[in-house]
Amino acid sequence: MIRVCTVLDLPPGEAVRVVAHVPIAVFNADGELYAVDDTCTHQDASLADGWLEGCWVECPLHASSFDLRTGLPNGLPAKRPVRTYPVVVRDDVVYVDTAVQDVA
Amino acid sequence: MRTIAVIGASLAGLRSAEALRAQGFDGRLVVVGDEPHEPYDRPPLSKGFLLGTTDRESLALADADGLAALDAEWRLGVRAERLDTSTREVHLSDGATVVADGVVIATGGAPRTLPGTRALRTLDDAVELRAALTGGAERLVVVGAGFIGAEVASTARLLGLDVTVVEVLPIPLGRILGPEIGAVCGELHLDHGVRLRCGVGVEEVSTSGVVLTDGEVLPADVVVAGVGARPETDWLAGSDVAVGNGVLCDQGGVTNVPGVVAVGDVARWSGQRHEHWTSAAEQAAVAVRNLLAGATVDTHDKPGYFWSDQYGVRIQFIGETHLYDEIRYVDGSAQDRKFAAVYLREDVVVGVVSMNDARHFTRLRRQLGTAALSTPN
Repeated sequence: MIRVCTVLDLPPGEAVRVVAHVPIAVFNADGELYAVDDTCTHQDASLADGWLEGCWVECPLHASSFDLRTGLPNGLPAKRPVRTYPVVVRDDVVYVDTAVQDVA
Repeated sequence: MRTIAVIGASLAGLRSAEALRAQGFDGRLVVVGDEPHEPYDRPPLSKGFLLGTTDRESLALADADGLAALDAEWRLGVRAERLDTSTREVHLSDGATVVADGVVIATGGAPRTLPGTRALRTLDDAVELRAALTGGAERLVVVGAGFIGAEVASTARLLGLDVTVVEVLPIPLGRILGPEIGAVCGELHLDHGVRLRCGVGVEEVSTSGVVLTDGEVLPADVVVAGVGARPETDWLAGSDVAVGNGVLCDQGGVTNVPGVVAVGDVARWSGQRHEHWTSAAEQAAVAVRNLLAGATVDTHDKPGYFWSDQYGVRIQFIGETHLYDEIRYVDGSAQDRKFAAVYLREDVVVGVVSMNDARHFTRLRRQLGTAALSTPN
C-alpha cells in the first residue's frame, strides 16, 4: 500500500500523482476515489493533469478519455487501457494498493 | 459505393480508412502510400526518434491486428500520379490503375526545400538525419525556427552538437503564437546554449557552411531546413479537382468533384489548411461521413490544436491568435518557462497557450470563445 495524501488534500474534482513502480494518478470523481496509471497509453502525458468529467479523465495531450472504473479508453488515439488500482481510505488517509492491478 | 481509394497512408489516410470501416463501409478499400512503410506517427521523428529514445516499432499508428481488421489493399511505396475524374481512375507510379467511385485525398505536404540542406518529414529523413547527427558531426545549423526546426535544434543539443538556428522573421513563431509568446520560445534556444539569429535570411548553403544575407558565414557539418511544407497536389493536375494552396473543400472536406473528399495537411477546409496532427485525425471521420452520404451532412470547425516538446518544455496551443489584443497570464510566468496564458480579443478567449502547464491548459481550453474568464483551480 502506498500512502497518497489525506482525504482533505483530495477534494472532488482533484487529482494527485504518486510515484510507485510507475506514476499513479488518484482522482476524486464526485466523492468516489479512483487510481489509474498516470501515464497515458498513447503518448507521454500525465492523466493527473487531465480534465475530469464524471468518472472519465481526458488526457491533456491528445484528448483520449479513460474510464476511471475500468481504465478503458473511449477511442483514438489511445487504444490500450491504463491499469486500475484499488483505493483504500483509512483514518482519513488515502492509500493505493499497488499489489492489485487490473487490466481491462 | 463499391470501391474507395484512400490516397495517402499517413495519419489522415489511416484515420480515414478506419473511419470508413467504423461507419459501415464494407466494400473494397484501397490505401495508397508513397512511402514504403505502414502508417507511422510523425511527431516523434524530430523528438524521441531522432534522439534515439523512441524506437521504430513504437512509431506505428496501428498494430498488426488493427491493420488486418481494416481489410484494405495496401499499395505502399507507390505514388498516385494522376486522378482522372471522368473515368474515376487513380493512376499509380507502378503502372497500376485503381478504379474507385470514392476517393479520399490525404497526400499531406512536402517540405519546402533549400539546396544543400536536409528536410525532416519522413521516417527515412529521420533515419538519415540521425545518422548524420550521431556520425561525428559537431556543428548543426537549422534554418527556420518553427516547431520542427526548434525540436531538431533541441534534440541535436541533447546529442551534444553545437547548434545555431537562423530565422528570417524577427521573432520565431510570431505569426502563430504572437510576438510575446514567440519571443519566449526564442529564449528557450538561448537557455540551452543554442544561438538564435533572427531577422536574417539565407543567401546560400555552401560546403563551408550557411551564408547569411548579411554576409556572415555559419560553419556547419549538417544543415537542416524547417521552412514549412507545401500541399502535395501536383498529382491532381489535369483532374477536375479544384486546387489552390491545397485541395479546396467546404467545411466538411467535400471537394467540387462528387465522390472526392480531402483531409489532413493537403486539404484546405473553408479556405484554411490545418497542418496539425489533431486536425488530420478529426477531419477524417467527418469527411468520410460526407463521402458515404454523398453530401455535406457533417462539418468540422474545432479550433486548431498543437503541441511541441523542446528543451524539456512542452508547449501547447489552441485557437487563433491573429487580431488578439491582450495576453493574460493565468498561471505561472514566462521567466519560469512554466505558465498558462490566454489570448483575448475584446475579453473573449480566442487562444490558449502553455509551457509545462498541461493542467491549466486543459482547463483553460474549455473557455475558448467565452468571455467569462474564471480563474481555474
